[in-house]
Amino acid sequence: MQNVVFPNKILPYLLVAPQIVLTLVFFFWPASQALYQSAMREDPFGLRSTFVGFANFSAIFSDPNYLHSLQVTVVFSILTAALAMGTALLLATAADLVVRGRSFYRTFMIIPYAVAPAVAGMLWLFMFNPAMGTFAYLLRRNGVMWDPLLDGNQAMILVVGAAAWKQISYNFLFFVAGLQAIPKSLLEAAAIDGARGSRRFWTIVFPLLAPTTFFLLVVNTVYAFFDTFGIIHAVTGGGPARATETLVYKVYNDGFVNLNLGSSAAQSVVLMVIVIALTAFQFRFVEKKVHYG
Amino acid sequence: MAEIELKDVRKVYGGNIDAIKGVSLQIADGEMIVLVGPSGCGKSTLLRMIAGLESISSGEIVLGGRVINGLEPAERDIAMVFQNYALYPHMTVRQNLSYGLKNRNTPKDEIDRRVAEASKALEIEQFLDRRPRQLSGGQRQRVAMGRAIVRKPAAFLFDEPLSNLDAKLRVQMRVEIRRLQRSLATTSVYVTHDQMEAMTLADRLVVLNAGRIEQVGTPIELYERPASTFVATFIGSPSMNLLKRQLGEGSGWRLSDTAGVANAIETVGIRPEDIVIAEADAPADFLGQVQVDAVELVGAESYVHGSFADGNTIVFRVPGRSQIGIGEMIRIAAGRTSIHMFDAGGKRSA
Repeated sequence: MQNVVFPNKILPYLLVAPQIVLTLVFFFWPASQALYQSAMREDPFGLRSTFVGFANFSAIFSDPNYLHSLQVTVVFSILTAALAMGTALLLATAADLVVRGRSFYRTFMIIPYAVAPAVAGMLWLFMFNPAMGTFAYLLRRNGVMWDPLLDGNQAMILVVGAAAWKQISYNFLFFVAGLQAIPKSLLEAAAIDGARGSRRFWTIVFPLLAPTTFFLLVVNTVYAFFDTFGIIHAVTGGGPARATETLVYKVYNDGFVNLNLGSSAAQSVVLMVIVIALTAFQFRFVEKKVHYG
Repeated sequence: MAEIELKDVRKVYGGNIDAIKGVSLQIADGEMIVLVGPSGCGKSTLLRMIAGLESISSGEIVLGGRVINGLEPAERDIAMVFQNYALYPHMTVRQNLSYGLKNRNTPKDEIDRRVAEASKALEIEQFLDRRPRQLSGGQRQRVAMGRAIVRKPAAFLFDEPLSNLDAKLRVQMRVEIRRLQRSLATTSVYVTHDQMEAMTLADRLVVLNAGRIEQVGTPIELYERPASTFVATFIGSPSMNLLKRQLGEGSGWRLSDTAGVANAIETVGIRPEDIVIAEADAPADFLGQVQVDAVELVGAESYVHGSFADGNTIVFRVPGRSQIGIGEMIRIAAGRTSIHMFDAGGKRSA
């Protein structure tokens, strides 16, 4: 490691200051507030708070609603990540075969990513609204009893669809780049070795895409866990009967709607621990197995 | 065991760019053919057309009596060694070797037997359970060779397989490829731009220039009787001197009357190794007077660069370490058999 010495003593601190300030203001401060709040209990009028230790944590872990929300989150995340990545991979392999109009097709595919989560949610809400949605009408005409306002499973399908749809274009971009990074001679060698179609895909292409797939797995899981608030808020509002209430949505609901600040803070601390653990686990154990070079 | 026949094979890109302009070639069973030429001459394209990685615009390719134009690469019964080896990075050496056999539903014990055989022949047995990234360049090259021979194809295709290796390893692998190809007696087509590799490996050499065959023959034939100035300068190192003929006196060099030079001859070629330093007025078919511009000492021999009065330049070889000084005037000579004559179109005429 080379030591870089700045001639000016203050300049290096000024250069890193914006980053430090941003992290302090938008991460460490709220995080420390959450930690602090998670050990407090507010009185009903918000006048006093009392220190209660880990009581908030033991309360949420014995709350069946919380455990249910955890389960909803896991199901939602797995479905969303799988759907978003699977569809994107399918589209990317198809796009790889396109010769004419390739760049147009690729640019076109990125558009959904530019749509704001709440807008995407509204779009899906209208399309599948049981009263006026076009798709809802089609579904019902074909004998599906479509009503996500009453059926929890259908509500889940709807939010998973909306959340995955938004992420597909992002995944698509990375898969296209990943496919392009596979040396052409490898595919030619495989062609000479007698591997065609799906066999070539599963034995050569898919293993070589593993670094990309792994990266996207991390990104998509984090996305499904944390960045889907807007979609859920717009489409189902966590309902019906908490069927689509993910952990993030519950933090918002308990904190800002029900004004149970202590419990909400404890939940956000748990979320923080989950995301740190998840990322650490993925990088520690999975990443080693996916890079060849 | 198979012969390869190319019948007026052409490759046209995008409707108007001719990459291969009608190549016909007969390759005998077990023969090692080397395609050689400068970059962009179409040698790799031709090889990839035989492999089935490039389509054939017109003409026919016959392998072992079967027209293979429309067949998939896998159905052609060929194996190819790529320039960058193209080993599957996520598979062990053993898996790399057996992949092609597995895809063809070869029985497990047969695969094991063939992998053992091939890895023994190439001395890569101790690497079988490693992945390509854990191997050196030379070892990867061996694995790539192993992947080709394990399938026992009708023909091997080599696409500049040694160009990623360092000079010492290249010589070693060159000898090894030749030995292996001889012992397996499999028809092979080998592409290279390195004329040393071409000379030492080939049973017959094919010199390509701008999508056409310039000359076909054994390395010695091409060396001794190049059909054109292109072949003459391409084969041999340093390359043959080409002297532009100017009529009239004062050029600084001349050909004797007994050499039988027709007026149509425009270029005279002499290899650097065929030129000797002459005694004063020694009888020779080529005599000249050069001014020395530079002397290169390469160990066992020296190369002297000089120029004639008419501006033609020449390189010639002197054994040992030359004591010739720069700026000296030297008389040089060459015998009739080492004088190559070419007409205005660059074609050999005597």
